[in-house]
Amino acid sequence: MTPLLSVKNIAKTYGRQIGCADVSFDLFPGEVMGIVGESGSGKSTLLNCLAGHLAPDRGEVLFDTRAEGLRDTVTMSEPARRMLARTDWAFVHQNPRDGLRMGVSAGGNVGERLMAVGARHYGEIRETALDWLDQVEIDGARVDDRPSTFSGGMQQRLQIARNLVTGPRLVFMDEPTGGLDVSVQARLLDLLRGLVRRLGLSAIIVTHDLAVVRLLADRLMVMKSGHVVESGLTDQVLDDPQHAYTQLLVSSVLQV
Amino acid sequence: MTEPLETHHKVNPRNAEYNFAYLDEDTKRMIRRAILKGLAIPGYQVPFASREMPMPYGWGTGGVQVSAAVLTPDDTMKVIDQGADDTTNAVSIRRFFEKTAGVAVTEATAEASVIQTRHRIPETPLTEDQILVYQVPIPEPLRFLEPRESETRKMHELEEYGLMHVKLYEDIARHGRIATSYAYPVKVEGRYIMDPSPIPKFDNPKMEMAAIQLFGAGREQRIYAVPPYSQVVSLDFDDHPFDPSKADHPCDLCGAEHSYLDEVIVDDAGGRMFVCSDTDFCAARRAQGHVGRLGTEDAA
Repeated sequence: MTPLLSVKNIAKTYGRQIGCADVSFDLFPGEVMGIVGESGSGKSTLLNCLAGHLAPDRGEVLFDTRAEGLRDTVTMSEPARRMLARTDWAFVHQNPRDGLRMGVSAGGNVGERLMAVGARHYGEIRETALDWLDQVEIDGARVDDRPSTFSGGMQQRLQIARNLVTGPRLVFMDEPTGGLDVSVQARLLDLLRGLVRRLGLSAIIVTHDLAVVRLLADRLMVMKSGHVVESGLTDQVLDDPQHAYTQLLVSSVLQV
Repeated sequence: MTEPLETHHKVNPRNAEYNFAYLDEDTKRMIRRAILKGLAIPGYQVPFASREMPMPYGWGTGGVQVSAAVLTPDDTMKVIDQGADDTTNAVSIRRFFEKTAGVAVTEATAEASVIQTRHRIPETPLTEDQILVYQVPIPEPLRFLEPRESETRKMHELEEYGLMHVKLYEDIARHGRIATSYAYPVKVEGRYIMDPSPIPKFDNPKMEMAAIQLFGAGREQRIYAVPPYSQVVSLDFDDHPFDPSKADHPCDLCGAEHSYLDEVIVDDAGGRMFVCSDTDFCAARRAQGHVGRLGTEDAA
């Protein structure tokens, strides 16, 4: 089976600081990979390298493109990479304000990716936007409201709708539940889990919240100081942590 | 050996204190280079080292610099502001070139070889012997959607123009139709999205014309161009096609049915009249004997 994404020895340094080093893994279609670790452990650097937001210093990121099979997204031309970014990839930012256009209505936000790939029929764009708002549990009556009038949880759901509208095959999520209160987090997680399973999405989720990966991720990588210290099936890693840092991480979760 | 100064400066027949058309020859050469590049890449915004002009930004400093660079002593110049030859902006720029270049000036569109315009394209079709210079306040059509210059340049570079349709989408969502009525975005020669300067969208179809069209933005330091007979397509949706609308009236002075009209409030009781915004076009029609609803024979 061809992996959807194959990462080989990715490394990124900031001067003498190590961002991430020698990270390799394969992600198969329909699989959800969680990346956990403390602040500064290189999770976000790794994610940004994978999504083409940062150029890694070394290594390959091979993506299974529809037309040409596995291709290295690090060395491909920028137009091709940006085309991938708005069709086959999606990126959900921690702060929805980074991923949404706050001055554009909810419908326009969802429709932007459609128009970017050539949709030119207003009625159809609007129809699709309404359908997606429904899928992320936002009232269709708010399609013409700006995201600035939405609550944090709604903004995050709108960002997810905006990203999934073009039917991406790979979703990058950077702390999608960060900054939301716990009840809203639970609802968002429930929604995400439903979408991921129903659409058969592959996803890479960066988080420091172990509950998020327990719910969503099939596999888990634990990062510390830029290196992957442990990886495996989520339940296996969380129930029987081997590395000292993973043990600390798991034991740090407050039990209510 | 350095060049003698005399060959480097053109003597101005009317006013020896100014170099011909105010700008020095090196500046004009720099601007001409930007113009040529703009013509070679239709719709592409060429950066240029815009100079301080003796008038405030917003008064057409970009257009004035482009006009100064293309003017020759044999040219006849026409300046219009919102279609009119007799408003402050038009009069001051026309006087500026009369004084600093000593060129002939005219109000008749057909007699002019260089026409500088603010916000209109003349009604009379232009010919291959003419140059139309637009004054542009904000050259970047994506500016109000994407404030980062680095990002808009990238979007032009990679032809990522989905955002432009988001603006039109927002128009329809909010107003039920594309409410953008001026500075209506166009795609030039199937490549660059361009801001046609704040001309009414009624004028957009005229941009596929025989004359050279040059656009100058002084404050923003950009020059762009549309060569003769270039394809200029106004953006739209399949189910909301582009509509070059105008006020649904004939001109009250000359009776013209197909010219762009200004609405003029004439009293405090709701009285109004519609008149051609192109004053030269209207005057010429009245001279030919056309009379509108409020026009009189002797008004011409």
